[in-house]
Amino acid sequence: MSKNIFVYCEITEEGHVADVSLELCSRGYKLAKELGVELNAIAIGNNLNNVADEVSAFGVNNLYLTEDEKLFPYLNMPHSNIVSKILKEQKADIVLFGATSIGRDLAPRVASTLKCGLTADCTSLEIGDHYVKKTDTTYKNLLYQIRPAFGGNIVATIINPDMHPQMATVREGVMKLEPLRKKIKPEVIKLDVNKYVSKSDFAISIIDRQIEAQKINIKGAQIIIAGGYGVGSKKNFGLLNQLAELLGGEVGASRAAVDAGYAEHERQIGQTGVTVRPKLYIACGISGAVQHTAGMDQSAQVISINIDEEAPISNIADYNIIGTIESVIPKMIKYYRKNSK
Amino acid sequence: MSYKILVLAKQVPDTRNVGKDAMKSDGTVNRAALPAIFNPEDLNALEFALRVKDKKGDAEVIIITMGPPRAADIIREGMYRGADKGVLITDRKFAGSDTLATSYAISLAVKKLAPFDMVVAGRQAIDGDTAQVGPQVAEKLNIPQITYAEEFIGFSGKKIQVKRRLERGIEILEAEGPVLITVHSSAANCRVRNAKRVMKYKYARTEIELQEAAEDYIEMLENRPYLQIKQWSVTDLNADVSLLGLSGSPTKVKKIESVVFTQKNSTTLSSSDSDINKLIKSLISSHVIG
Ligand SMILES: Cc1cc2nc3c(=O)[nH]c(=O)nc-3n(C[C@H](O)[C@H](O)[C@H](O)COP(=O)(O)OP(=O)(O)OC[C@H]3O[C@@H](n4cnc5c(N)ncnc54)[C@H](O)[C@@H]3O)c2cc1C
Ligand SMILES: Nc1ncnc2c1ncn2[C@@H]1O[C@H](COP(=O)(O)O)[C@@H](O)[C@H]1O
Repeated sequence: MSKNIFVYCEITEEGHVADVSLELCSRGYKLAKELGVELNAIAIGNNLNNVADEVSAFGVNNLYLTEDEKLFPYLNMPHSNIVSKILKEQKADIVLFGATSIGRDLAPRVASTLKCGLTADCTSLEIGDHYVKKTDTTYKNLLYQIRPAFGGNIVATIINPDMHPQMATVREGVMKLEPLRKKIKPEVIKLDVNKYVSKSDFAISIIDRQIEAQKINIKGAQIIIAGGYGVGSKKNFGLLNQLAELLGGEVGASRAAVDAGYAEHERQIGQTGVTVRPKLYIACGISGAVQHTAGMDQSAQVISINIDEEAPISNIADYNIIGTIESVIPKMIKYYRKNSK
Repeated sequence: MSYKILVLAKQVPDTRNVGKDAMKSDGTVNRAALPAIFNPEDLNALEFALRVKDKKGDAEVIIITMGPPRAADIIREGMYRGADKGVLITDRKFAGSDTLATSYAISLAVKKLAPFDMVVAGRQAIDGDTAQVGPQVAEKLNIPQITYAEEFIGFSGKKIQVKRRLERGIEILEAEGPVLITVHSSAANCRVRNAKRVMKYKYARTEIELQEAAEDYIEMLENRPYLQIKQWSVTDLNADVSLLGLSGSPTKVKKIESVVFTQKNSTTLSSSDSDINKLIKSLISSHVIG
């Protein structure tokens, strides 16, 4: 069996390869090295001249390009048919997609076409073996698709022993962006769009689009003040805003806080939100469920403010302040003003 | 012929109230140990379908759910809110199905209800947050999909127009022919139960539920066919068993670990002025802030 690794390179509104795709190339490159195979990328869109250069620092050996006016903006059927056909032709064994609006629209359809498995929102990807006692068989070099699962404190390792390719989606920021010192020019394989899509793939048409520039960017913030359900109200989130403004940081949130309407969805941190690695993370009224900590446990320093001394977050925090948001944050603001001058 | 809208709805364990015994040793979910609810985004999907029906007038909304016998609860809930009929796909042989096997079974039920005009699903179910079943059903039916729908705009001739929510904006799409739509939580909330409908449908039952019912009850149901919730097994769907359950699921759970937090060298502080003053000073002097 071939062990080809593929990354679907998503093209942004601005015509660049999305960060999440480059992050996946970084991870894919390491997996390919471990397996002794090549790393391949697929890009679909219009005017993709820049793509080869943009992926060259990430170790891509072969770049499959399908270019046509009809292929941008993204439409599900044409893209999924192109991707499925390439993966079949090239006998792909591992395929990685960004867990973006596009990736999560595309990957399930491709998996269904290829009749293979797909694991959403992986937080880690490793190579390993699997032994089945009943049949005394060992499956070598499978992709371990690791993700926090179901409810509380569980991390599951998912594998696909029999049916390949093995496919996974990963959120932006989960894998590290690691450009290589030496660039490699990928071999570019241009595909004829007409061999891959048919007229019936365009049964859906886009009649309008309004895409905004990115407003909230907590991913790049060095300091994050994150609030959870324990913050208690939208008004109390104002305290977090004040502190963030003062320290030059951004406000983040747990899912419970987003669900309660205290903060915008774009601010959600965790398995189904953004992954962050700031130098300081202040968790306010956050209990520390794995789905949340999966998105912030690589922060350089963590301070937790919580009324419960035993909240799980206390296990990963450097400082645990036991107290209420209402009393602690105003004091932090006060003493920062006093000491920073 | 009346316009037929199929709604895919799942009964899910309420993941907001999860206890320790939530997982079985084979890696599947121990549903029995958890409160079961109507998957939140499937309620948005139901509302979407009902709005299409309101617009069309002559239309029928049918809920399809796959799960254990007690999942019939959400069909009744859907009926109270406006659905016309329901189908429960239930069979022990479905147990352990991943999204690929689930979408196979659901697509067979959809085909059995053909011809249909629209399939509406939630974007994702809160028990796994995979968002895979909708697109996979669409692929198996060989129809196009519109994911993350936020609003049903209307019809333009025979074409349906839908607004969808993306990470950084919106798109308005137009689809020809049968289409599968997955609905986002930002779409309209589902209308509440209608008291008259509750009266009308509270006796709706599946075959399994009828087995426990009294004679006169069965008689009543015979006179009111709208109270019969269809129940389909593997045999009814003519399904290939090797494509179902654990054997039809490419994804296997290799292992499940409880997260062991490696205890950090952490300092506990009080909320007193002096503790907080000291902390801020040390953060400033180590250049973490300031
Ligand atoms: C599939 C799946 C995916 C998920 N993805 C995510 C995700 O991406 N991100 C995410 O965050 N969650 C996610 N969750 C939800 C996650 O499991 C938790 O439910 C959530 O993180 C809890 O949020 P919380 O800590 O804010 O709320 P809670 O668990 O309710 O904790 C509130 C905390 O506030 C403290 N508190 C209360 N009052 C005060 C006060 N006045 N002052 C100070 N402290 C106070 C309490 O002691 C408690 O520790 C996911 C769940 C599932 C099932
Ligand atoms: N067992 C099921 N029965 C009916 N609908 C389902 C089932 N599983 C998933 N769905 C539908 O598919 C959507 C996505 O589910 P998931 O892929 O599990 O996140 C749900 O919101 C439902 O509309």
